[in-house]
Amino acid sequence: MTSPRLPEPDRPWLMRTYAGHSDAKRSNELYRRNLAKGQTGLSVAFDLPTQTGYDPDHELARGEVGKVGVSIAHRGDMATLLDGIPLEQMNTSMTINATAAWLLSLYIVAAEEQSPPTPESALQGTTQNDILKEYLSRGTYAFPPGPSLRLVADTIAYTVTRIPRWNPINICSYHLQEAGATPVQEIAFALANAIAVLDAVRDRVEPSLMGEVFGRISFFVNAGVRFVEEHAKLRAMAALWDELGRDRYGVADPAQRRFRYGVQVNSLGLTEAQPENNVYRICLEALGVTLGRDARARALQLPAWNEALGLPRPWDQQWSLRLQQILAYETDLLEYPDIFEGSKVMEALVAELAAGARAELERIAERGGAVEAVDYMKAALVESQRARWRRIESGEQTVVGMNRFQESEPSPLTAGADGGILVVDPSVERERCDAIEAWRAGRDQQAVAAWRASRDQAAVADALEQLGRVARDPGQSIMPASIAAARAGATTGEWAQALRDSFGEYRGPTGIGETAAPAGQDLAELRDEVERVSEALGRRLKLLVGKPGLDGHSNGAEQVAVRARDAGMDVVYEGIRLTPRQIATSAAHEGVHVVGLSILSGSHGELIPAVLEALREAGAGEVPVVVGGIIPEADAAALRDAGVAAVYTPKDWDLNRMIGDIVALVAERNSVPA
Amino acid sequence: MSQPDGRELAARLRDRDLAAAPAVLNLVETRTGAARAQAAELLAALSPAALGGEAKAHIVGVTGPPGAGKSMLLSQLLAAWRSRGQSVAVLAIDPSSRRSGGSLLGDRVRIESDPADGSVFVRSMAAGNRLGGLAPATRTAAAALAVAFDVVVIETVGVGQSETEVAEVADTVAVAVQPGAGDVLQFLKAGIMEVPDVLVVTKADLGRIAQRTHADLRAALSALGARETAVVAVSSVPPPVGFDELLAALDEHRRRLDLRARRLGARRAQALSEFATEHGERGLRALGGPRGAQRLLASLDPGLDVPALERALERRANDDRSVPDQPIG
Repeated sequence: MTSPRLPEPDRPWLMRTYAGHSDAKRSNELYRRNLAKGQTGLSVAFDLPTQTGYDPDHELARGEVGKVGVSIAHRGDMATLLDGIPLEQMNTSMTINATAAWLLSLYIVAAEEQSPPTPESALQGTTQNDILKEYLSRGTYAFPPGPSLRLVADTIAYTVTRIPRWNPINICSYHLQEAGATPVQEIAFALANAIAVLDAVRDRVEPSLMGEVFGRISFFVNAGVRFVEEHAKLRAMAALWDELGRDRYGVADPAQRRFRYGVQVNSLGLTEAQPENNVYRICLEALGVTLGRDARARALQLPAWNEALGLPRPWDQQWSLRLQQILAYETDLLEYPDIFEGSKVMEALVAELAAGARAELERIAERGGAVEAVDYMKAALVESQRARWRRIESGEQTVVGMNRFQESEPSPLTAGADGGILVVDPSVERERCDAIEAWRAGRDQQAVAAWRASRDQAAVADALEQLGRVARDPGQSIMPASIAAARAGATTGEWAQALRDSFGEYRGPTGIGETAAPAGQDLAELRDEVERVSEALGRRLKLLVGKPGLDGHSNGAEQVAVRARDAGMDVVYEGIRLTPRQIATSAAHEGVHVVGLSILSGSHGELIPAVLEALREAGAGEVPVVVGGIIPEADAAALRDAGVAAVYTPKDWDLNRMIGDIVALVAERNSVPA
Repeated sequence: MSQPDGRELAARLRDRDLAAAPAVLNLVETRTGAARAQAAELLAALSPAALGGEAKAHIVGVTGPPGAGKSMLLSQLLAAWRSRGQSVAVLAIDPSSRRSGGSLLGDRVRIESDPADGSVFVRSMAAGNRLGGLAPATRTAAAALAVAFDVVVIETVGVGQSETEVAEVADTVAVAVQPGAGDVLQFLKAGIMEVPDVLVVTKADLGRIAQRTHADLRAALSALGARETAVVAVSSVPPPVGFDELLAALDEHRRRLDLRARRLGARRAQALSEFATEHGERGLRALGGPRGAQRLLASLDPGLDVPALERALERRANDDRSVPDQPIG
């Protein structure tokens, strides 16, 4: 009898913990400390202005500079970030998409200017560079889909020939599931995305290089709590990927057709109610992506149990890391070959998901491919998210502790003075943070202005003009012109503006226009109330849903907009990335009765008061404002003091109740009797 | 909510105070008795008789099927008008859900403009129960804003129906056509849609398919004997092309137009439509049907505003009803 075990246990997957840092100099210090401890990889998170192509002094950058990552405006910033770090030995991962070609150019220039210099051919690392999911969920796009995809193809074609150890793209289905994707949608949309990218690259490289290109593409996927199906999803993706490489792109080498992926498990399903239960959810989700050897994750990243409450403490992150370590080192998981081989259930599940994904891929192909189908996919995601939410609200889908088994003993985990999250002292520490924030933003603004004043203006103007010419000629690669602009000293905002001038401005689809209006028995009462209040007002109750700032996480805003429409309101929603002034102007012009703002980037302290101020300036100061987002209670109190009528957080998951509150608020402010 | 004073708003519009626009729209959209009385005051103070002529604005209707590129078209036109120093009001009409009565606004057509520019006003309006048509308050709003703004744009979605209703209120109707999409061409040929004043082929950067659409439309127009309709191809892909030509075509149509006749026709059509909404078939019968109503309208002072025309129709209908036209059984 042959042994059911592997001759040698597998090595565990790569265990990652997520850590963000903010400013170039401090990030550099952190990198150097880690380097001294023997770490060989860097992971760089950029702030939203850098990700969307704005300089720190742009109006849209207000409140966002240095917030979710480091601000890099020019090659000087990049040099500071990498100071003293030998890039030849470094593997640098950059979470950057719309402006990936630019940040890669800055990285190349920083490497050649270091002493000793590192030639580009020796650089190693990864650019996330997945633009289509930015339109579908994450929101940090800068240009229209067609030209954006061309930039992606340009960077891939460039790196494959010039920087052979660079991973030019990491296709993310993670964000699709967070936006509501079903397993079939997650598979199909991610693969459709990959096809669009590969087709575009095929026009730009020698046919003999396609195997190399295919092998360089990796994925970043999600895993939810239905872990059996989630495992099947990964097997289906691996099978379809292999098939795609062989049949569509003629990749002969099976090694180049291997489905390589990393995972961050689901945050969407984590609850604010009875948050300790999230530990079990995270554990089961981790099982889904590690159980079967044939579709095991290369790298795994777990959220903390208290993510829906606020910022995790270092101890919470450690607790999640320990889960991975128990799975890898205590259990016998890594001792066996694939444990699902021959399982009829698994086989059938995989077949079912693959068939569903094929049908969905066909629908996307009929629309002309992923780029042409962005609107279709976005609308489908909004619809799925809405269906999921309604299942939870109706109790059809159980979420333990939230819509079922709500009774709970007091939790000792959240009983401490800090409430079980990382707490910044609401008064003293907050002020300090605000001061640092203001100082940093001011300093970055001054720094970028000083930078612009100090360089050879004629050289920059020439380089940007040349960049524009190249951008308008789709036959050329954007990379050499971008590298030249980086050398000349152009800024991130200037690079992006040159491309915006060439490609045109773009606002992504919101996906909400196509959502069906349900018959909605459960909405009858709400509709009657909207009707009654509208009748008393003399015109239909009108709500403006606004997303100020650069934060692209629009799921919440979209769901509120659609539900308010279904309840009978006239809803104005103009999508993400609006300045306070744009929101205020719309509110005034549109004559809305109430404004709802959604922010998840943590910039609420700065942006919400700015909107209130802009509303007053626009003559709409009397319009009540409500706010939704991940907002700690101390901040919520400050916002209410500043004039916000109500603040909603993830614990307010019953949308009908929230809409009911808004109707009541409008009635009260307009003296409509209850 | 206290109702703004109609006369006061009218005075602000006559002084070209563009900041009055939101309050004007709020007023004309409000259906309470008090608001309607104030709206009537507003229109009376802005009637051609009161103004001493027609309001000066160019009222432009822009319509076309979904996906035809109206957002781009309007954004570019807006920029072009602004660069000539003209103030612009845009009324964008969105369909309402028949189930909930609610609507999603501002999303379908997104117009790029500078929020700090006080000479631009953009308002979305829900169409309410009117299929493919105008929001009830749109005509009133357009007539009022035309006193203060240089250009008033009414934007609607659809093909075959919407341009007919827009034509009843706009001086010039432009229909946007996406290259390769056959619906406008078919509807034109079949007579389902009326011939617009200007046809705009969008996305001209698509090249041959756009040229083909352009040629097909010209051929169809010429077969219909509608040689005066301009066909203009535009593209917003930098550098934008065709917009000077489009602007010239719109201006040219307005120049040739008998403005007084068109506006008068619009007011009469609106009065009749409002009357029919309020009093239905029975009310129309009392006027001797649509033709009888038209005859009555034609006999009235051409300088009257819409509510005044409507009141005249109501008076006549009530006179007739005082004598039952059918024996009571």
